[in-house]
Amino acid sequence: MNLAASWYCFKGILIREFLRFIQQRSRFLSALVRPLLWLIVFAAGFRAALGIAIIEPYETYITYETYIAPGLCCMILLFNGMQSSLSMVYDREMGSMRVLLMSPLPRPYLLLCKMVATALISLTQVYAFLLIALLVEVEPPLIGYLTVLPALLLVALLLSSLGLLLSTKIKQLENFAGVMNFVIFPMFFLSSALYPLWKMQESSEWLYWICTVNPFTYAVELVRYALYAELQTEAMLITMIATVVFSLLAVTGFNPKKSGR
Amino acid sequence: MKIKNILTPIAAGILLAAPTLHAETAYVSNEKDDTVSIIDLDTMKVTDTLNVGERPRGILFSKDYTKLYICASDSDTVQVMDLKTKLIIKELPSGEDPEQFALHPNDRHLYISNEDDALVTIVDTETSEVLAQIDVGVEPEGMAVSPDGKIAVNTSETTNMVHWIDTTTYQLIDNTLVDQRPRHVEFSKDSKILWASSEIGGTVSVINVNDRKIFKKISFKIKGVHPDKIQPVGVKLSDDGRYAFVALGPSNHIAVVNANTYEVEDYILVGRRVWHMDFNEDQSLLLSTNGISGDVSVIDISKMKAIKSIKVGRYPWGVIVKP
Repeated sequence: MNLAASWYCFKGILIREFLRFIQQRSRFLSALVRPLLWLIVFAAGFRAALGIAIIEPYETYITYETYIAPGLCCMILLFNGMQSSLSMVYDREMGSMRVLLMSPLPRPYLLLCKMVATALISLTQVYAFLLIALLVEVEPPLIGYLTVLPALLLVALLLSSLGLLLSTKIKQLENFAGVMNFVIFPMFFLSSALYPLWKMQESSEWLYWICTVNPFTYAVELVRYALYAELQTEAMLITMIATVVFSLLAVTGFNPKKSGR
Repeated sequence: MKIKNILTPIAAGILLAAPTLHAETAYVSNEKDDTVSIIDLDTMKVTDTLNVGERPRGILFSKDYTKLYICASDSDTVQVMDLKTKLIIKELPSGEDPEQFALHPNDRHLYISNEDDALVTIVDTETSEVLAQIDVGVEPEGMAVSPDGKIAVNTSETTNMVHWIDTTTYQLIDNTLVDQRPRHVEFSKDSKILWASSEIGGTVSVINVNDRKIFKKISFKIKGVHPDKIQPVGVKLSDDGRYAFVALGPSNHIAVVNANTYEVEDYILVGRRVWHMDFNEDQSLLLSTNGISGDVSVIDISKMKAIKSIKVGRYPWGVIVKP
C-alpha cells in the first residue's frame, strides 16, 4: 500500500466528511442541542439529587451537571457514529459508496478512513459542548481537556465501528431508524452516563448487570476519568477490545452490493 | 575541605528551616465516635484519630497552640489535651452538657454554654475555678467573646435570643431577639459587628454591637434546594473583611456573603449537613465539617470551590486549624 496514495485517500474522505458536516449545519446544531437539553433542562431538575456521595474520579461532591457531562460527550459520539453509518446505508443506496470502493486501496483501509474522519468531526462537537458546559459550571481541570482527547478518539472509533457493523446488517434506509431506537437509547440509558452504577444496583441487580456488560458504560467511564486527567485502565482495555471486535466484524461483513433495491 | 565548608551551613540551614515547613493540621471533633481526627493539610489525609470524652462538639486551641480544649458534651466536662503528648491532662468543671465555648482574648477564661441548664459557665482554665454562672435563655448554644474582650455573647435556641454579657462584671446586660433557633455567633475583627445565624428561621442577623440592634437580615435561596433545608449554622468571617461564610446545614451548601454589601455572592456545594468551618493560616483554604456524610470538605478560597472531601469519623462537628 503506497503511503502517499493512502494519505491522499484519507484526506479525500476526511474533506468529504467535513464538507458534508459544514453543509449540514443543522446536523451540527442538533448534535449540540441534544446534549445541551439534557445538561441544562434535564439536569436542572436533578441538580440536588446527586451530591450525596463522592465517587471516583471526583475528589468532592459534585453537581448533577458535572456528573452527566462525560456521558453527554459520549452521547454526541454515539449519535454521530450512528449517523455516519446511516449515511453509509444512504451512500450504498445512492451509489456514491461504489465510487469510493473503486479505489485500488484495500477496503478495510477505506472503512477505517471513514471511521477516523467521522471521529475527528465528532470531536469538534464534543469540544464545543464542553465549552458551553462551562456556563453551567462543569469545570474540569485545564489539563483534562487535553487528556480527554485520546479517550474521546477511542470512544468515537468504538461507536463508529459499531455503527459500521450495524450498517452491514441493515438492508434499507428505513430500517435504520428502528435500529437507532433499539441501539442508541438502550445503550445510553443502560450505562453510567446518567446515574452512577451503585445507584442502579440499589434499584435493580439485573439492570446493574446489563449496565456492567454494556461497552458504552466503559466508554463513559474512560472519558469521565480522562477528563480529570486520570486513566481508568479497565475501561480503556474494554473499550479497545470492543473497538477491535466491532471493526473486524464490520469490515469482514461489509458488502457494498447489499441493497434493498 | 572547601566543599565541606560550603555544605555545612547549607545543611544546617535546611535543618533549621525544617520546622517552619511543618504542615498545617486540622483537628475535627467527631460527635458520634467520641474521637478527634487530625488531618494533614499538605497530604489532605487523616493522620491520627484520638479518643476523647463522650460526644465531643466544640473545640478550641489555646493561644500558643499547646493545648486543645474539647467540649465533651455527654461527659459534662471540658477536656484539656496537651498537643505534644496528645493526652488529656485536665478536665474543667464546665457545667452540664457543654456544647459550644469561646476563649477570652486573655487566653484564660473559657465561656461555656450549658445546653441543658440554660446557663453560661465561665471557667478559669489555669485554676479550674468556676468564676461565674449566668442565667440565659433556654437551650444556650452559640458562644463568642469579642476580640477586644469586653463582651461575651450567647444564643439560646429556644428563647431565640442573643444574650449580651459584660466580661468584667459577668452580668447579663442586654438581649436581642433574633429569628428562630439561633445557633452560632461570630464577631467581626474590630468587635463592632456581630453575625448570628438562625437555623429554623433560615436567616443570618447582622447586629451592631454598640446599640445591639439588627441592621441587616440575610436570607438564602439555592437553586434546586427546598427552602426548609436551608438552615444556617456555622459562620466564619475572613480576616480581610471581604467575606462571611455561612454553613447552611442540610442544604449541603456554604453561602459566600459579601461582608460589606451583605449580599450572597455564591453557594459552594459540600457534604451532607454542613456544621462548622475554619480557615487555614493564610486563609487560602476553608474547611467545613459535614455531619451526616462524615467528612470534611476543603474549599479553595481563590476558586470558591470545594476541591476535596476527606472522610473522618461519624458526625464531625467542630473543626480548627493549627498552623
